[in-house]
Amino acid sequence: MSTFIEHLRVLRATLLRLLLTPNATLLNVLIIGIALSLPVGGYVILKSVQSLTGQLTGTPQISVFIKVGTGAGEVTRIGDKLKQNAKIERVEFVPRDVAFKKLQQSTELSDVIGDLSQNPLPDAYIVYPKATDASAMESLRDELKTWAQFDHVQLDSAWVHRLEAVLGFGRLAVGILAGLLSFALIAITFNTIRLQILTRRDEIEVAKLIGATDAFIRRPFLYFGLAQGLLGGVAAWLIVSGSVFLLNHYLGDLASVYASEFSLLSLSIADSATLLGFAAYLGWLGAWFSVSQHLWQIEPR
Amino acid sequence: MIQFNQVYKRYPGGHEALRDLSFEITEGEMVYLTGHSGAGKSTLLKLIAAIERPTSGSVLVKGQNIRSIKREAIPALRRNIGLIFQDHKLLFDRSAFDNVMLPLQIGGFDHRESAKRARAALDKVGLLAREKANPISLSGGEQQRLCIARAIVNRPAILLADEPTGNLDSDYANEIMHIFKSFHQVGVTLVISTHAENVLTQFPARELHLKQGALL
Ligand SMILES: Nc1ncnc2c1ncn2[C@@H]1O[C@H](COP(=O)(O)OP(=O)(O)OP(=O)(O)O)[C@@H](O)[C@H]1O
Ligand SMILES: [Mg+2]
Repeated sequence: MSTFIEHLRVLRATLLRLLLTPNATLLNVLIIGIALSLPVGGYVILKSVQSLTGQLTGTPQISVFIKVGTGAGEVTRIGDKLKQNAKIERVEFVPRDVAFKKLQQSTELSDVIGDLSQNPLPDAYIVYPKATDASAMESLRDELKTWAQFDHVQLDSAWVHRLEAVLGFGRLAVGILAGLLSFALIAITFNTIRLQILTRRDEIEVAKLIGATDAFIRRPFLYFGLAQGLLGGVAAWLIVSGSVFLLNHYLGDLASVYASEFSLLSLSIADSATLLGFAAYLGWLGAWFSVSQHLWQIEPR
Repeated sequence: MIQFNQVYKRYPGGHEALRDLSFEITEGEMVYLTGHSGAGKSTLLKLIAAIERPTSGSVLVKGQNIRSIKREAIPALRRNIGLIFQDHKLLFDRSAFDNVMLPLQIGGFDHRESAKRARAALDKVGLLAREKANPISLSGGEQQRLCIARAIVNRPAILLADEPTGNLDSDYANEIMHIFKSFHQVGVTLVISTHAENVLTQFPARELHLKQGALL
């Protein structure tokens, strides 16, 4: 019970100390908040883009465009040949007239297409392969490319794979950023605590001389690091959440113009808890390193 | 209670502050430590409180050897020792009352109980009326007495006083010596270093006289 009250006393003293130097505290909290908001913002963007690819991937397919001017009989024969291929699950025929009508009906381009007197589109088949992994799809595409009747063979999932690769790169970048800035957060706390120890040197020395344990001396500094890290985490949360709110507002306007579905996801409760916990932990860690390093330097002589 | 066996203390600079000291102080005894400036009085007291370690020989305090005592065991040892420093070592960022509270906070005592004890200690040294004052606004004698209040608030078994009456006029010195006397009467072991001849004659007790680090 008395130790609990002692912890409360130290906590109260810590909060008072934070309020005692409001400018320094605010500055530190802001720096930590901005530093943390960079990787967290990156994480939000990655998460949002990833959920977008999840919606769009669907079943992977290959579109083959037949050379313009190929006769109807030849087109049917090509379709039968495709259906006989063991690697192909099923085939869907898209006649050039249907494609042209669809294009005319589609929103943005109707003005341009409407002026065309002639249908510039070829007949096309949409091929659904049996194996849908990237390498099988690519080998099938390469095989289809060798057919002389085809003008163009397009692997529709290619951009998804490319996006996956970009996302992987993004994840790595965010990871590195998070690592570096975590280190910066530890360094900021380390330095703050170092300065505090210097100004409270007498107090530490006297406390040691009259029988304070290392834990007793460490405690207020650890609390300070923890509280400062936590406040920095709150600042980062506010920065990211505020930015997401503003950007989504702007994206909402864009969406009505381009019929886009994209919006940034806000931080989930689990994400927020992780952010705050991690920030508090890093602050605590920075303080711990600092106190441990400086405590033995001020052994009473 | 306190036992020195062939103790030498050499400071890093190479200066030999204590030479071949052997003596014993029994529980509840009051002992004066005398000698010229630089004779090694403060050094001897620092050895007892494990602020310095002997270079050779053994210093036993309550059965623990200071020469080999582990770092983690030092806080517990010091909580049993009341230290009155030659330079007071008061904290000027807090009130007189909070200075006296520090040992109790370190000891993990209940706050209400601590406050009661701190006021009792301040009362004992005649500073209860000044409990809210910052130590910097206290006179030299008052600072000295505040330092005593902080040393006794824990009710330690051993009290080490390094020139507690230095720079004080004889009235103050007598007052402080009366306080010590009352602790001696309740069984506290006291080691007091002093220059003052009148203290020695008015409050007689065993005297350890140091000369250039050696016992005479
Ligand atoms: N930390 C130290 N490093 C090196 N030498 C020291 C140290 N502390 C004390 N000394 C030396 O040891 C000798 C004894 O010092 P000490 O402080 O024990 O003397 P003292 O008897 O308390 O003197 P005073 O009456 O002036 O307080 C002195 O010569 C001093 O210069
Ligand atoms: Mg001295």
